Amino acid sequence: MNAYVTNTSNTHQGSDSLYKPAHTTILTPELMVQIDSILERFAKDPTRLVGMLLDIQDITPKQYLPKEIAVYVGEKLDLPLSRVYDVISFYEALSDVPRADIVIQFCDSVVCKVVGSRRLKEALEGILDIKTGETTKDGKYHLEAAPCFGACDISPAIRVNGVVYGPLKTEEDVRDALARYEKGGEARA
Amino acid sequence: MKDIQLTIDHKTIQVPEGTTVLEAAKKVAVNIPHLCYHPDQEIKANCRICVVEVKGSRKLSAACSTRVWEGMEVLTNTRKVRDMQRGILELMLANHNQDCLKCHRNGNCELQDLCERFNISRTHLEDAVDALPLDNTNPSLVRDSSKCIKCGRCVEACQNVQEVHVLTHSHRSTRFNIAPAYEMPLEDTLCVFCGQCAAVCPTGAIVEKDDTDLVWEAIEDPSKHVIVQVAPAVRVALGDAFGLPKGEIVTGKTVAALRRLGFDQVFDTNFTADLTIMEESHELLSRLSQLSKGEKPVLPMVTSCSPGWINYIEGVYDDLLDHLSTCKSPQQMFGALSKTYYAELKGLAPSDIFTVSVMPCTAKKYEAARPEMTSGGVREVDAVLTTRELARMIGSAGIEFAEIEEETFDTPFGIGSGAGAIFGATGGVTEAALRTAYEVVTGEELLSLEFKEVRGLEGIKEAEVAIGDEVVLRVAVANGLSNAKTLMLQIRRGESPYHFIEIMACPGGCLGGGGQPIRSTNDVREKRMDALYKIDEAQPIRKSHKNPDVLKLYETWLGEPLGHKSHELLHTHYHSRGK
Repeated sequence: MNAYVTNTSNTHQGSDSLYKPAHTTILTPELMVQIDSILERFAKDPTRLVGMLLDIQDITPKQYLPKEIAVYVGEKLDLPLSRVYDVISFYEALSDVPRADIVIQFCDSVVCKVVGSRRLKEALEGILDIKTGETTKDGKYHLEAAPCFGACDISPAIRVNGVVYGPLKTEEDVRDALARYEKGGEARA
Repeated sequence: MKDIQLTIDHKTIQVPEGTTVLEAAKKVAVNIPHLCYHPDQEIKANCRICVVEVKGSRKLSAACSTRVWEGMEVLTNTRKVRDMQRGILELMLANHNQDCLKCHRNGNCELQDLCERFNISRTHLEDAVDALPLDNTNPSLVRDSSKCIKCGRCVEACQNVQEVHVLTHSHRSTRFNIAPAYEMPLEDTLCVFCGQCAAVCPTGAIVEKDDTDLVWEAIEDPSKHVIVQVAPAVRVALGDAFGLPKGEIVTGKTVAALRRLGFDQVFDTNFTADLTIMEESHELLSRLSQLSKGEKPVLPMVTSCSPGWINYIEGVYDDLLDHLSTCKSPQQMFGALSKTYYAELKGLAPSDIFTVSVMPCTAKKYEAARPEMTSGGVREVDAVLTTRELARMIGSAGIEFAEIEEETFDTPFGIGSGAGAIFGATGGVTEAALRTAYEVVTGEELLSLEFKEVRGLEGIKEAEVAIGDEVVLRVAVANGLSNAKTLMLQIRRGESPYHFIEIMACPGGCLGGGGQPIRSTNDVREKRMDALYKIDEAQPIRKSHKNPDVLKLYETWLGEPLGHKSHELLHTHYHSRGK
């Protein structure tokens, strides 16, 4: 019922078999349970869709919202897939394409820009050997620009899987921040 | 409602409170340019081409969304307004694939009309056409996002008129687009292929899949016997494409034009509409007689002739498929007979017959391509042309449609009753079925043939009809899929009070179909509806079971309604689109 995907797509095979793990690669039974508890936490209130999607994205491998998860959420909330996708694609903070195990965001809003986020961007692109918006070949790092995440006091700043580091003035600072994240996510300066 | 006095371009007028500036301007014979505005849709105000000056306001205002107020002074044609409108148009053009001469909408495009009006052929802006891949892998529709101006009319049709929820806005800023979720091709979604998006698109961004070449090739192939059927709603719409008055009845001209195009035989789908009524009304009566015996037949029985509706129920209400009549649509009944009965009659191999249909519908292309729609070992309907495609063929053959002398259909599928004709309007199938069911049950002649309660453009209509002394038949009629949804949810909750439900996917029924000439607004729909009832009134035979050729078909070949041969050829089965 209410499945917005028909049999020609690769992973979805029919309304009542739509979520069977055999047909999916990402939506495992474990993930489904976790998603269900997120939806419950938001009382399945469709007006709080963005919050739910942000939390679901955080626990999804490669930190994105694939079609099968959007279909699942849509059915649970009785929302058409197209509405869920409209929201996912509207917000920068939500991604409809796979990102990576570690998502690195540099702030490109005013304060960070004034104090030199461009150098930060170049340093990150150099270290990771990718352009902004891309993912490293091994699928480990994804680099993207983000609007202000409230770290103006330590600008220019980056956010690594939600952990904020700053101020990062030199390439050395950036390498150091990434190393600290790998060691256990110690935040701030 | 009180009247408001205002001036538009210095002319004083009075209009009812709540009128928009764009509508008010029509009263002073000013056509404010517009693209996202559509008379039958909600106000969107996103294209901004309708801006006007309002005295006292520093900014320009969108005429489509600004309501009039007392003493308002509007200027629609100042330098400031024209420059702004021109600028907006140039921005649109810079992001528009201008292959106008090759476009299906060439000469019938609202963007092109505005370019002509503003005298723009090129823009000084650098072109920046970024587009999603062409979506042309389904049998019905082609979406070319390089021509999309993002007005949102198709989204409105898909989300609010039909509530199919396939097309949506996505992304933001330069990536803003209109597409299905995850930019899937339509065939991977639950698109029903009704084509209402194509019918409201102001440009060539969504068009019917063109099958005219396929038909030309068949006509030119000497080994093929090429026959064509014309749906009821086509004959009250085709004239639009040639500048004839809206709703003009052009049956005879259509037949003549099809002969000039080179079809070997020209037949009437009204004939198989009558046949559908014979089968469908007997199917209903058999379910009702089970009911009177105390059995529990699946009721209400729901009609199955609208292929957009079938696609919808198979996708969204697949738990209710047993409610559908098993009758094939008139198009497919014609196709089935053409490859069996007609082939025998003519002594031709089914594979040598090429059956074309002319339909007001894009979903008919999808229906004809269904794997179960085969008879005599071959596909029943080989090609489906929409009314628009037929107009294109007539135009390219140089036929002066308005001038051509009228001709009549060929036998044996040339007679259609008035009941068959009204299939093209919402409520028509119900009315036709009632005419036959009444007489079959009571054995008496039905004196008042017209069931006015089921006529008209209203979304859901209902009626109670006494058939004889004992049976009161409760019927409901829905047009537009959002209305179908209401009736289906009622069935699912076990609260449906009806015996019979007619559903047509498109607003107004087939006469408002997604394959009809562009600019089929509700006003035009009403004119076509009047015309179909006029055809019915003028018919000497107005009941399907009195069609002499249908009776002859049963006598000589088919046997009884719901008989063995009928089941094999004229009935089908449905499946969930998810499975």
